[in-house]
Amino acid sequence: MSAQQLNCTIRSMTPVGGYLHMIVESPDIAKVQPGHFAALAVGGPSGATLLRRAFSIHKSTTGESLEFIFAPHGPGTQWLATQRAGDVIDIIAPLGKPFILPKQPISCVLVAGGYGAAPMELLAIELRARNCRVDVVLGAATQEKLFGVLDLKAVSDSLIVTTDDGTSGVRGRVTDVLAEVITKNNSQAVYACGPMPMLAAVAKMSQANGAFSQCAVEESMACGIGVCMTCVLPIIGDDGVTRMARSCVDGPVFRGDRVRWDDVDTIPSDVFGAPQPGGH
Amino acid sequence: MSVDLTTSLGSLELSAPTLTASGCAAAGRELAQFGDVSSLGAVVTKSIMMEPRSGRATPRMAETPSGMLNSIGLQGPGIEAFLEKDLSWLTQNNVTTIVSIAGNNVDEFGDLARILARVPGIAGLEVNISCPNVESRGQVFACNPVSAAQVIKTVRSVWHSDVPIFAKLSPDVTDIVEIAHSVVEAGVAGVSMINTLLGMVIDVDKMKPMLGGRTGGLSGPAIRPVAVRAIYQVHAALPNLPILGMGGIRTGHDALEFIAAGASAVSIGTAVFGDPSAPWRIATELGQELQARGYDSLREVIGLAHRN
Repeated sequence: MSAQQLNCTIRSMTPVGGYLHMIVESPDIAKVQPGHFAALAVGGPSGATLLRRAFSIHKSTTGESLEFIFAPHGPGTQWLATQRAGDVIDIIAPLGKPFILPKQPISCVLVAGGYGAAPMELLAIELRARNCRVDVVLGAATQEKLFGVLDLKAVSDSLIVTTDDGTSGVRGRVTDVLAEVITKNNSQAVYACGPMPMLAAVAKMSQANGAFSQCAVEESMACGIGVCMTCVLPIIGDDGVTRMARSCVDGPVFRGDRVRWDDVDTIPSDVFGAPQPGGH
Repeated sequence: MSVDLTTSLGSLELSAPTLTASGCAAAGRELAQFGDVSSLGAVVTKSIMMEPRSGRATPRMAETPSGMLNSIGLQGPGIEAFLEKDLSWLTQNNVTTIVSIAGNNVDEFGDLARILARVPGIAGLEVNISCPNVESRGQVFACNPVSAAQVIKTVRSVWHSDVPIFAKLSPDVTDIVEIAHSVVEAGVAGVSMINTLLGMVIDVDKMKPMLGGRTGGLSGPAIRPVAVRAIYQVHAALPNLPILGMGGIRTGHDALEFIAAGASAVSIGTAVFGDPSAPWRIATELGQELQARGYDSLREVIGLAHRN
């Protein structure tokens, strides 16, 4: 698979709860799999925001369109929020390693925090096409920050909502209900997307309950294509050696048991190429 | 008639005026999905060291107005894996390659040069004496004319080849001309300038520096006037010294400023993060900028701003 850099015309920009839903025309982009992401240029060619913003792809119709969910919380996304139908965005897609889909019709749980739910509808549809059972747990700080509840309900066997403040569903966090969901449905695979602390908790809980997890991580990126070495995190390889892997090209989806969650934002002393005493 | 964009850096003939900047294009391979890497002036590789290196803790990047700070810390595979995987790909794909090297100490630069001197397919050697992301800022060789020259002399002494050596200079010095003089006396064929400027961003919610490495190198259009000034000064003092210019180039118009200041070719760095096709786009735009001003070739414009 090769990513393409394209000028895509915006078809629509619609508020959805606390987020914006953007649909762009993408005639020439390769088939998107759930978990793929795109890197969008923001601010215009002479603007002050130089770096691309990475978003997971919400939906895609091959040869037609790409859809994104984002929150305008920084200068780049605030600029993006001012764009309208007919405006053109420079997009590179599809990028990264997507979720791995099971060959067998297993029981799966999809866990997402906030707009981490963006890729989950596409994933649920793909899993169901493989005759997998799909249970969903969606969490957010508050009701306004939930995304995709109705759409995911339509493509899943069960759906539980949690909010930190109790404004919708169960008061608490996704991990307050996850163990029970796994046990009840005999889930074998957990797919997760959301903030890093949530992913860390989901990965550990999945492992403790005998399920295999895949997590789409959210690391700050500058390029999205593997050249800047900004978005690294400690990942245990097949050979047992931990390396600082790039979440843009080696991820963003990693096996939950391969991410050293407690060591993110550090350089573990046993990582490949770690500083030696007296060295750098 | 189209403008002649061929140029040279000393003995190194370049078919195109734009190169990648070290640290901004890995070893070229990732850019191949956006253009023909062999059609670039050259790929300047991310600085390679003797041993594999994990780099610094994240966060490694902070976007700043028209720029960014990075504290990658020279993450890399080490020279052995570099030769096996990266350089072999570049050679097989007929890419003009300038290998950038970095050492923790003078001896490491010598060891790297000794190994690379025996390797075919290298068009140039860029000696990165100016990376700010080393553990001890005191070891930035390019900040001191004596240590800068010491590194170059060591590399020179084991470099039994006609392949040109370039020293990458830091703008974080009192007098960059003095440093340029010292590396020229030590035997470089040319200089690459400028590396990033040391900077810091503070996260006022956490009340601590935002980057894992605390300080980082500032790059992007924010530093462009510093780069143009530095190149202008060095070209004025050493008009025959080939200069590979870089520092915030985002358009062909920007590149033309560097050429007029005295650079013979330019490297595209941070712009690649925002636009991976920038090295090709900027070459095309540079041709248009020259044509619009009635020039027939890039060469006739090198250093032109000094004559007016």
